[in-house]
Amino acid sequence: MTPKKIIIILAIALGILHHDTWNWGNSDLVLGFMPMGLFYHSCYSLAAAILWVFAIKFAWPKDLVDWAEGGDSDES
Amino acid sequence: MNPENFMPFNLLATSTTPVVVIAIYLGLLLGLAMMSKLLFRGTSTDYFVASRSIGPFMLLMSVFGTTMTAFALVGSTGKAFERGVGTYGLMASSSGLIHAACFFLIGIKLWSFGKKYGYVTQIQFFRDRFESKAIGYLLFPILVLLVIPYLLIGVIGAGKTIMGVTGPKGKAPGMFPELFESTNGAVPGELTGLIICLVVLCYIFAGGSRAAAWANTFQTIVFMVMGLLAFYLISDKLGGLGAAIAQANDAHLVRDVSGEDGKIGVPKLMFLTYMLIPLSVGMFPHLFQHWLTARSAKSFRLTVIAHPICIMIVWVPCVLIGLWATGKLPEGTSGGAVLAKMVGILVKDPIVVGLVTAGILAAIMSSLDSQFLCLGTMFTNDVVLDKYGRDRFTDKQIILIARLFVVSIVIITYVFSIVLFEKSIFDLAVWSFSGFASLTPLVFAALYWKGATKAGAFASIICATVVWLFFFKESGWGGEYTDYTGVLPAAFNGMMPVTFSFGAGLVAMIVVSLVTSKPAESTVNKFFPKF
Repeated sequence: MTPKKIIIILAIALGILHHDTWNWGNSDLVLGFMPMGLFYHSCYSLAAAILWVFAIKFAWPKDLVDWAEGGDSDES
Repeated sequence: MNPENFMPFNLLATSTTPVVVIAIYLGLLLGLAMMSKLLFRGTSTDYFVASRSIGPFMLLMSVFGTTMTAFALVGSTGKAFERGVGTYGLMASSSGLIHAACFFLIGIKLWSFGKKYGYVTQIQFFRDRFESKAIGYLLFPILVLLVIPYLLIGVIGAGKTIMGVTGPKGKAPGMFPELFESTNGAVPGELTGLIICLVVLCYIFAGGSRAAAWANTFQTIVFMVMGLLAFYLISDKLGGLGAAIAQANDAHLVRDVSGEDGKIGVPKLMFLTYMLIPLSVGMFPHLFQHWLTARSAKSFRLTVIAHPICIMIVWVPCVLIGLWATGKLPEGTSGGAVLAKMVGILVKDPIVVGLVTAGILAAIMSSLDSQFLCLGTMFTNDVVLDKYGRDRFTDKQIILIARLFVVSIVIITYVFSIVLFEKSIFDLAVWSFSGFASLTPLVFAALYWKGATKAGAFASIICATVVWLFFFKESGWGGEYTDYTGVLPAAFNGMMPVTFSFGAGLVAMIVVSLVTSKPAESTVNKFFPKF
């Protein structure tokens, strides 16, 4: 499996994990001040940032960028 | 130690120091704009697209600053006060995934076409991709229509914030009881809106897009730092993080629906369909312009990675403040005033109150400037110059046309802000974002589907807009609307209206493109290059 496909699968998985129905009525406080629903989605934000680090490292559209930067513009 | 820390609350309400601090901040901002004017070359190109000289950090600050308007600070705090902890998941965490995905999947592709073919506005791109001048004349008024609610939340948010800070606290009147009798001493929203609009106009008139980029960077840093400062000070006054959350209303700490009319918590279907709303960044005109004109593709890397983290840094404190407010403020408090009231009531140093309020205004103005400027750019390039030709105008006349259009948009926005002052900032923003999100099938199809046709594009724009307008009207022009009794079967209740307008745009694009003539081979080759 190519890194691009792994990143697409991870992005879809993250999309599904956004709907955390198991936390809906959870009023536990993490670290004594953060409601579980907020803690989970804060971790989700970090996970999203990590996903995009990998996307840039392994799925950067180098060919497209080289095409755009190469030579004079075709039109103006 | 500042003696005002011990000042009785009713005396603090009359201190005008916060207003002085805010005035100094606005002065500083204008000073920065004047500095950027020194670099302004006076050409229309420099006025419209200084972003060609913007590096990764300024791009991040510009993109983040323009995306996070009053909606992020004032709206999120107010919505958390009303609906509870689910507010973060509704918009912030999903945006971390979807905004960055749009930057990655749409932004980089658009940058490549902007670089290759010299596009500045999204209409230029769509005209070429769909082989139609008319698509520009259809899309332009729709984009303006959708941007206006986005501008409104800024102007209304500023008005509500300053009213909250300068208004009566307890039994004491507001800061200016003799000057503003009708508002019991609070600075009226319409005056604040006027000042904010004038300040933004001054600095974008002075230095164009470069001034906007500089001001955005400065203001984004200011509002992030001040947001964290407000968070620290408020939590400290409430006895620390643990004590602050302990006094919050328990019903707001979960997403289960409760309260009168189910106004607390978040229904699961609403939560799910909210995921479509962050797609809006794919069609925001000001972001489109950033993508088309960024210096290099590498500039996007920092924005893609840091955007979810920046959202978290701003939204987590705001949502927590909104939750804490449920134990401090009366239930019926206007959502738009919650942050200002929490700052005003708990942070007793007027200088700090002024600084935090300046931070809120910074968030608001950093969105207004880019949007005003972008509308002027589109009007000038896509309507006037397209119709009459560039040779007919001097560079000075082109800049003047853009400025006049911006002024007319500001006037319209200002008038609407007075009429719709009582509307929820969060809900108005969601309507604006829903409209843009409904148009994203257009940009995705343009970039990724060779078979997307001109007729499909027209059908997609028209269907998405008509459905969006229908539900916007049904909502009473800007309220929260998920109960479709009498309009749709009960099974749809709970879904966000964007589901229908986005769905309409998507289906129309697919169906009509499949049955109409394909784009010319030269167009396909132009936008789907073989490497």
